[in-house]
Order: sequence, then C-alpha cells, then structure tokens
Amino acid sequence: MDFQLADLKLIAPHIALLGTALLVLMVEVFGHGRRRPEATWISLLGIGIAAAATGMSCHENRLGFSGMLAADGYSAFCNMIILIVGALTILVSSNYLKDERHEHGEYHALILLSMTGMMFMASATHLLLMFLALETMSIAIYALAGFFRTKEGVESCFKYFLLGAFSSAFMLYGIALIYGATGTTQIHGIMEQFTQIKGLASSPMALSGIALLIVGFAFKVAAFPFHGWTPDVYQGAPTSVTAFMATGVKAAAFAAFFRIFFVAFPATSPVWSQALWLLAVATMTMGNFAALAQRDVKRMLAYSSIAHAGYLLVGVVTATAAAGTGMLFYLLSYAFMNIGAFACVIMLGRRGADSTNLDDYAGVGFKYPLLAAALTLFMFSMAGIPPTAGFIGKFLIFKAAIGKEFYWLAVIGVLNSAASVYFYLRVIVYMYFRERPEAAPEGLRSGPAITVATVVAAAAVLILGLAPGFVVRMAEAAMSTF
Amino acid sequence: MLDWIWLIPFLPMVGAIINGTVGRRFPKWAVNIIACGSIFAAFVVSVASFIALTHLDPSQRFHEVTLFSWIATGSTSIDLAYLMDPLSSVMTLIVTGVGFLIHVYSVGYMHHDSSYNRFFTYMNLFCFAMLTLVLGNNFLVLFVGWEGVGLCSYLLIGFWFEDQEKAKAGMKAFVVNRIGDFGFLLAMFFIFMHFGTLNFREVMAAAPTAITAATATLICLLLFLGACGKSAQLPLYVWLPDAMAGPTPVSALIHAATMVTAGVYMIARCNILYSMAPGAMATVATVGAITALFAGTIAIAQNDIKKVLAYSTVSQLGYMFIAMGVGAYAVGIFHLMTHAFFKACLFLGSGSVIHGMHDEQDMRKMGNLRKYMPHTYRTFLIATIAIAGIPPLAAFFSKDEILWMAWSGGFKAQWALGFLAAGITAFYMFRLVFMTFFGEERHDEHVKGKVHESPWTMYVPLYVLMGLSIVGGWVGIPEALGGANHFHHWLAPVLDTGSMEGARHAAALVGDIGPSAAYASGGGGGGEGHSIIEYILMFASVGWALIGIAFAAFCYLKRTDIPAKAAASAKGVYELLYNKYYVDEIYDAVFVKGLVALSNHFWKFWDVVVIDGAANGLAKVVRATGGGLARLQTGQAQGYALAVAIGTVALLAFFAAHATL
Amino acid sequence: MIPFEYSLLLSAILFAIGCVGVLVRRNVIVLLMCIELMLNGVNLSFVAIADKLDSAEGLIYVFFVMTVAAAEAAVGLAIVVNLFRHRDSVYADEINLLKG
Repeated sequence: MDFQLADLKLIAPHIALLGTALLVLMVEVFGHGRRRPEATWISLLGIGIAAAATGMSCHENRLGFSGMLAADGYSAFCNMIILIVGALTILVSSNYLKDERHEHGEYHALILLSMTGMMFMASATHLLLMFLALETMSIAIYALAGFFRTKEGVESCFKYFLLGAFSSAFMLYGIALIYGATGTTQIHGIMEQFTQIKGLASSPMALSGIALLIVGFAFKVAAFPFHGWTPDVYQGAPTSVTAFMATGVKAAAFAAFFRIFFVAFPATSPVWSQALWLLAVATMTMGNFAALAQRDVKRMLAYSSIAHAGYLLVGVVTATAAAGTGMLFYLLSYAFMNIGAFACVIMLGRRGADSTNLDDYAGVGFKYPLLAAALTLFMFSMAGIPPTAGFIGKFLIFKAAIGKEFYWLAVIGVLNSAASVYFYLRVIVYMYFRERPEAAPEGLRSGPAITVATVVAAAAVLILGLAPGFVVRMAEAAMSTF
Repeated sequence: MLDWIWLIPFLPMVGAIINGTVGRRFPKWAVNIIACGSIFAAFVVSVASFIALTHLDPSQRFHEVTLFSWIATGSTSIDLAYLMDPLSSVMTLIVTGVGFLIHVYSVGYMHHDSSYNRFFTYMNLFCFAMLTLVLGNNFLVLFVGWEGVGLCSYLLIGFWFEDQEKAKAGMKAFVVNRIGDFGFLLAMFFIFMHFGTLNFREVMAAAPTAITAATATLICLLLFLGACGKSAQLPLYVWLPDAMAGPTPVSALIHAATMVTAGVYMIARCNILYSMAPGAMATVATVGAITALFAGTIAIAQNDIKKVLAYSTVSQLGYMFIAMGVGAYAVGIFHLMTHAFFKACLFLGSGSVIHGMHDEQDMRKMGNLRKYMPHTYRTFLIATIAIAGIPPLAAFFSKDEILWMAWSGGFKAQWALGFLAAGITAFYMFRLVFMTFFGEERHDEHVKGKVHESPWTMYVPLYVLMGLSIVGGWVGIPEALGGANHFHHWLAPVLDTGSMEGARHAAALVGDIGPSAAYASGGGGGGEGHSIIEYILMFASVGWALIGIAFAAFCYLKRTDIPAKAAASAKGVYELLYNKYYVDEIYDAVFVKGLVALSNHFWKFWDVVVIDGAANGLAKVVRATGGGLARLQTGQAQGYALAVAIGTVALLAFFAAHATL
Repeated sequence: MIPFEYSLLLSAILFAIGCVGVLVRRNVIVLLMCIELMLNGVNLSFVAIADKLDSAEGLIYVFFVMTVAAAEAAVGLAIVVNLFRHRDSVYADEINLLKG
C-alpha cells in the first residue's frame, strides 16, 4: 500500500461532493431561521464542481490508491449520470420540500453523501471499497426514505433498511468467499488469479462467492426474487427520493455490477451468465405483469423500474463492450425519463396527499396540457417507442444481446417491452380520455426549479431519441477504456 | 427537385406544429388553410418529384436524402434519410393526394366540432408519420413512421374521448398493433444482425448472398406478423372494425386509404427477401386469401354502415396480400392505389350519409336517401360499382389481375377463395347501397324531414374520388386487354427483381406449378403468353360479381313498396326470381338467411367467442397473474427477506451444480 | 491451531443463525441483532482467511465491516425509534401498511 498525493486528483469529484455535503450541513447548523433555500443552490454548485472535476479527471485513465479505484472513461460516464440524477433530484425536490414543510438542509446533505457513495461504486476496482461505497450510498438513502416521518414513510424506510442490511450481509459474505478463494479483492487481481490457478473457475468457494455477490447487486437493482421491497419502499418514500432511488441507485449498482463481472469474472461467465439470464427474464416478466395490476402510479412506476432492471440485466448477461455501451446509454436515458415522470407525479400531488391513484390523473390532459404532454413523452420513452431515448436504449441493449447470440433473451425482452405498453398507456388514457372530476383539486405543485428539471428531462428524452449519436459515441469511448 | 423530398413529410409536420401550438387562437378558416395547405404543398412536391423521377433512366430512378446520422455505433450507422423511388413516389402521391381530399372533406365534416384544431393537428401529424413511413430509406425510419401512424391512429380513434367505448377502441388498436410491432422489431434485429445495416437498398442488394433461405423465411414471417397487425389480417384484424369509432374522415384516411396499407407497402419494399422465402410467400398468400373471404362473409351481416366498410377493407387488404404472396408485387400496389380511391370515396360517402342523417349509422334506419342526397348517392354508387369489379372501373383491373396472377402462379386454392370473395364483395356492397339509398324510408322520427345533403366541401372531394375510382385503373390495363400497363412498368425497377423465381418456388410449395408463361404477363414481357384462360377467368369474375349484385338487388329491393323505379336497374333478375316463388323461398332460406346466419355465426363465434374470449381470457390471466403477484406482495418485510433467502439458496444451488470439488 | 475449514464452518453457522433469525423473529431490535450476527459471521471468515493467507489485509477489512455495522446500527435504531413513535409497535409483522 502506497499513497500518492496525485491520486487525490482521481477522487476530486468525490471530494467535491463530500465537501459540499458537509458545507450544506454546516450552513444548516449555523444558519439562522428554518427555511434555507440556499441549500439547493450550494448543492447544485457542488454538483457543478464535481462535474467539472470529473471532466478533468476522466483523461487520467488509470488506477489509483493501489488499484482500489479507477478514473477512466467508464467511471466518468457513470459519474456524469449520477451527477445528472442528483442535480435533477435536487431541482425536483425544491418546491416539493417547501410544500411539505420539510425544507431542511440534511436532505441535500444526504443526497450528496449518497451520490458520493454512488460515484465510488462506479469507480471502485476493489470489492471492499465497492462494498463501503454501497453502504455509504444505502445508509444515506435509508434516512432519506423516511425523511417525511409519515406512517408510510417510516414503514418504507424500515423495510428498505432491514432488507438492505440483510442483503448486503450476503454480499459481504460473497466478498469474503472470493477473497478466500483468490486471495485478493482487487478485481484485476481476481481476474489474474482465475487465469493462473487451474480449477479455480469451478471451485465451490469462488462460485458461491460470485453467487452471493449477485444477490447483493440483484437486491440493489431490484431483480426478481430480490425485489420485494421495491414497490413498498417506492410508494412510501417521498416522491423525489423515489425518483432518486430508482435512477441513482440503479445506475450505481449496474455500473459496479457490470465492471466487476466484466473485469473480474470472465473465466466463470458461462455459469453466471446463465444464472443472470434466468434472473433477467424473470425480472422483466414479473415487473411487467405486476405493473399491469397496479392502480397507484407510484407503485406502477416501481414495478416498471423492476422491469427496466430486467432489460438492463440483459446488458450484464451479454457482457460485451457493445452491451456496456447500451447499458450506459440506457441508464442515462432512464435517469431522464424516470425523474421526469416522478416530477410530473410530484406536480400533480397535494401537501400530505400524494394523489397518485390513476383516478387522480383523469382529465389532466386538458387541464394541464404541457405537463400531460411531458408525462406522455416519458411514458412513451419508458415503453420504448421511437423516437424517444428509451427506444434507442432498448435497441442498443437488445442489439448487443443478439450480437452475442442471446436470441431468446432478446425475443423475450422485445415481447416484454411490447406488453409493457399497456400500463404506460393507461396513464395516458386516463389523462386524455377521462373527464376530470368536479371535486378535483385546483392548481399544480409547480415552481421554477421543478419546471426546469421537467423541461430538461423532456428535452433530453427527445434529443437522446432523435440524435443519440453523440452520447452513444461517448458511451463507446467510455467502454473502450476498460 | 429530388433533393427536396424531405419537404414532403415535413410540410404536414409544420402544419401540425402550428395548429397544435397556437391553433386554438386561430379562426377556423386559418386552421383550414394551414392544415389543407400544408398537405396540398406536400402533394405538389410529390408531383414534382414524380416528374423529376420520370426524367431519369429507369435504372437510375432512386434518390436518397440524408438528413442526419441517427444512431452511429461502431462501424455501422443508421441515418435519418429519405428515399424517393418509383414505389415511394406512388405511395406519396396516394397519401398526399387522397390525404388532401380528405382534409378538405373534414373541413365540412368537423365544422361543428369544438376541438377543431386538435383534430387537424392529429391529421397532419398522421400524414407526417405516414410519409415518413413510405419515404424512409431504412427499416428504422420506416419503424418510426410505423409507430407514429399507430400513435396518431390511436389519438384519432379516441378523438371523441368523452365516450368510453371509443377510448377503449383506441386502446385495442394500439395494443393489437404492438403484437405486430413485436414481429417487426425482431425482424429488424435479425436483419441488422445478418446484414449489418438496415438500409433497404443495401439489404436488398446483399440479400441473395448474405442469408440462407431459412433465415429469409424467418425474417419474412416476422415482418409479416408486423404487417398482419398494421394491415388488419387474420388473426390480428380485430382492431379495425372497432376503430370505426373515430370520426369518419379518420376512417377514410387511416383505416382505408393509407395506414392499413402500410403492411402491404412494407412487404413490397422487402420483395427480394420474400422472393427468397417461398414458405413465407405461401403463408402470406394463404392468410390474405382466407382473410379476404372471411371478412367478406362477416360484412354481409353487419347493419352499421361503417362496419360493413370496415370488414370490406379487411377483405380488400386480403387481396393485396394475395398479390404479395404470389409475387405479383406491382399488382398488389396497384390494388392498393385503386382501393385507396374507391374506399376513401365510400368512407367519405358514408360519412356524408351519417352527417346528413344526424349521426345515424344503422342502415335499417335509412333508405331512399338518393332523394335527399343526390351527390352522395351518385358518387357512392360509382365507387360501389368500382369495388364490385365491374369493368372498366378501377378495381376490375387490379382485382382481376390479382386473381389471374394467383391462378397462373399455381395458387389455385387462394384463387378460389379470392374468387368467392369477389362475388360476396359485390353482394354486400350493393346490399349496403340498396339499404341506404333505395327502398322505403325507415328513418327515425327525429330525423324525418331533416335529412339533408352535405356542404360542397364534402361532396367535391367525393366527386374527385369518384373520378379516380373510374379512371384510376386505366394506368394499369394489362396487356391482355390491349393496355400498356404503365403502372407495372413504372414499378418494375423496384419490384421486378426477384418476383418470378420466388413465386415459382412458392407455387411449388402450395401445389402445382401453373403455366410458366403466366409470369411473362406479370413481368410485363408482352402479350404472347396469354392463354385463353385469362379471358375466361375475367368473364367469370365479372359474371360472378354481376350475380352478386343481382342477388343483392333481389334480396333487398324485392319487398320495397316502390318496385318499378327502385328495382328498375335489376328488374330482369327481380321478376325472374319473383315468378319462381319456390326458388325464391329456397334462395331466401338457404342463401340469404343461410348466409346471414352463417355470417352471424361466424361473427358471433369468431369475434365474440374466440377473439373476444381469447382477448378477455388473456386479460383475465394477465390480471390474475398480476393480482397474484400483487398478493405475494404482502407488505411483510420478513416475507421479502424469505424471498431473498430462497433466491440466494437457489442461486447457490445453481452455482454449486457447476462446481467441482 | 484450529483448522481453517473449522473457522469457515463456524462463520457459516453464525451467518446462517443470523439469517434464520431475521426470517423468524418478530421484534425489530432482535432483527437488528441478527443482522449484526450475520456481519460478524463474515468477519470471522475474513479473520480466518487472512490468517491462512498470512496477510493483514483481511484483518483490516474487519475494521471496516465493524464501522459499517456500527453505522447501520445507528441508523437502524433511529428508524426503530421513529417506527415505535408512529406505529406503537416494534413487531415487524405489524408493519404492513404498504402492500399489493
């Protein structure tokens, strides 16, 4: 273990976020008065600095801290997704928190801290560092899920915590077993061990370790059968936090999942890709089927997020550079469309009553045409209808799967996404083809920040759908730095 | 000029954007000018491009315009690009030409509607998507248009959203179409996998060497699944009759003239792939033939004027698929064009009737409308004669050519089904005419005395379409009748490349191989190959159509109180049958009642029991599964923990199975 | 000297006891303790493996895991306090408002 000062440059973005989080906390503690809108601006500024730092460090393209983390194109791309998720979440939260009378700086600090964890997950090339990062992320989000201290919020927070701690224990055990089998927890080192030691690829200890590692990741990305918490937690948590969880956690977990399995375990890929194949199929099918039965929009989006995890798992199963490109693109577009959709859900809610039942969406299309248009766009994108970002993402992932001859996986994926149209469309049907009830509350929970976030998300969904070339090339470049 | 073809889809889009954003504040005349003007401008550009194409050498008649590179990954790139060639030019002319007429018609039809600008926004948007579909130079752009027309169709079916049924119909259309899209998407993946490109010209050029017949069959069957959804073929046709819930101009534009023909266009576009896949071609021809007859029989029992036309559309689309399946691609496109003319005319005519009858759609409550609506009557009658296949009107040439191609290509069974359907078509269409425009007035009390002819914006397009229904077929008069078959020669550079050989293989699959000379006429190779059979068949089908008409006249005019005038046109048949009372009884019992009963039975059994049953059953299973999955979601954190534990054990077991100690 | 396999087996047993505890106990506080037990089972593995590999790395990991466990316990107890305040219960099976 040797430490070089220059390595700090590799974690400059992480440091920036951490510093901002602490600053926000300080302002909260030492500032006077209860309403602190500046937390929003300080956080956004910090995220901007982190983005700039990411831009500068992405050319380093090397491992640091004795090979514990990498600053390469891949981590830079993931960092950018996470920073975008964070920025959009903070914008979306601004009015929401004020309306719910929970405008505390801790919220922003917790968001920034969990983002730090996410970014470490995306850069980690060391299993234990990845685990610590995952815990950093998770613990902050446990607290965020219960931020509003309502009955549902506390329950959601409790369930997420209990199951999260439970499954991360499995993951940790997996890390220990891999450490025991290979003698290292550095992913490149693991890969070398697998190539050097004969029979390691079929040793029970190593294979059990990999299986348990999958459990941990599958839990975080909400894959079947580790998804149980998802709908309850998503429904009970503050909507802005749900958006953050659904996009940020997914991005970070998939970033780490893909990097570790792509780099460390190619020797055992025939085994785990089969297992993940089953997992992917079960996840997307189960998510879509369960979403059909939902009448609560937040819950429907929760099941839809499970289904999307299934599509993304196709990328991990395929585990080629092309699949990675597709996955990165998908994660980015999913961030935009999902946060956008949740932003619309927030705007249609009332203080203390989220009004997320489908009936609350009746007639919205003509009462609030712009909001309905944006939500329609996000729904179409999630359903994978061109020319939206969601279509290109699915296209890239399934194309990669077919390229590696996972035909059935692609067929099932396409079939699933065709079926999923039904429940996305139902929201649109309610908005445009139902009368708005007389008793429906007036007014939107809107404001400049959330409007900006929604417009940005909608524009991004369209631009990524119409002219994805630039971003696809960036994702390709990111994949080439492995 | 050809560099400007991107204007063809973009002009309607600009119209849609203007009307969609600020149209609410415009007076109606401004909305009209923007909506109709943008389509008309697109039509002008289409005509200009068509003329520009004619000046080129036949082998050089294609032009690609790349707007920008859409998806670039690795070595491959998919462009947002448009392709103008003879096939696209025919399609753009149909879409913009017929589309323009329907827009003009809508000005009158939608006059009283409160969401005037919204309607025209969707209509223009639809034209944009449809033109993107027919002009796209690769599968992905086609798919964008494909999805776009589906979306607009859905929006327009559910246009009067106050009505639950209509919203549901829109939903059904969209969902059924997605089943077809699934096939299309997969086909696209396989094409991309084998060719590394989605560009039509590149794929078609590489096809003979790049893929095996088995792969081609797979791709073609998947594409055909997509076509079945979009073009309402068995078993995915169910959405089209329901789609009639939308405003009538929508039915005319989307569900008769343009969108539903997208599947036919797509197969024609991929003709080289299909020609490599005889099995797929035989499937296409068979499904088309069965659909043609099947939908025709259903149409007999319908009393809703638009439902009859809807089933008739399904049936006519079946003919187009027969043509595709027997390798007579150009003939299929020819029928697509003539069908666009007469079916648009029929739909708009029915819209005029509904308008004049104050939203009455039940034919049992109509009758003698020719007295009140002379313009509508005249145009409707001509279009009906056209669809019945009476020479020298449009459908005679196109439908007869399809049947001849099926016969001579060795598809005898498909020919027989199509031939049967032709007579039935004549029967139910004239039944419609007689019930609506002839006979006694069975009008409801509240419309009595208020029945009126439609305004000129509505009947002028009808006359134009009527004219096209008469002369539209003359561009493709086959050599056998001394014509030059210009239409076929025009499409030859795109459609003739692989048709003969593939069709012959396909014919070998379904049965005997017909006279090889038959394809000489299909290939436009001169008149020497025509056998006497062609003429016999021609007479047979005209005769068969006349029998259908006479039969309809007999059945639906006989009991009217004004026998002389109303039945004048069919007096001979009428009196002949009247005097043979016993025969009349048998006919009535066996054929009319029998046919009606059979048709009713078909409709009840198939639509209500099988299709609705399957759809509802599927929905039930899905809901039950979804509900079951939801019940697993007990809210108990430890239940979820148990799932995690079980999942872990299962994963460990799976991995352990691969471990060696 | 205890054989390496024995230590691993013990750690697996500890982990399994913790796991079963999470599944069957009702009291949320006990659930927290069971999760601690699982983590400590893993810690034992780390120690055993580090001992076998003759490397300090695994020993250091234990400290990190203990830190994580402490952080989780702190958040977990805070959640339990909140839970009790809102629902007057610390039994996991009574916390099922969100379902379906």
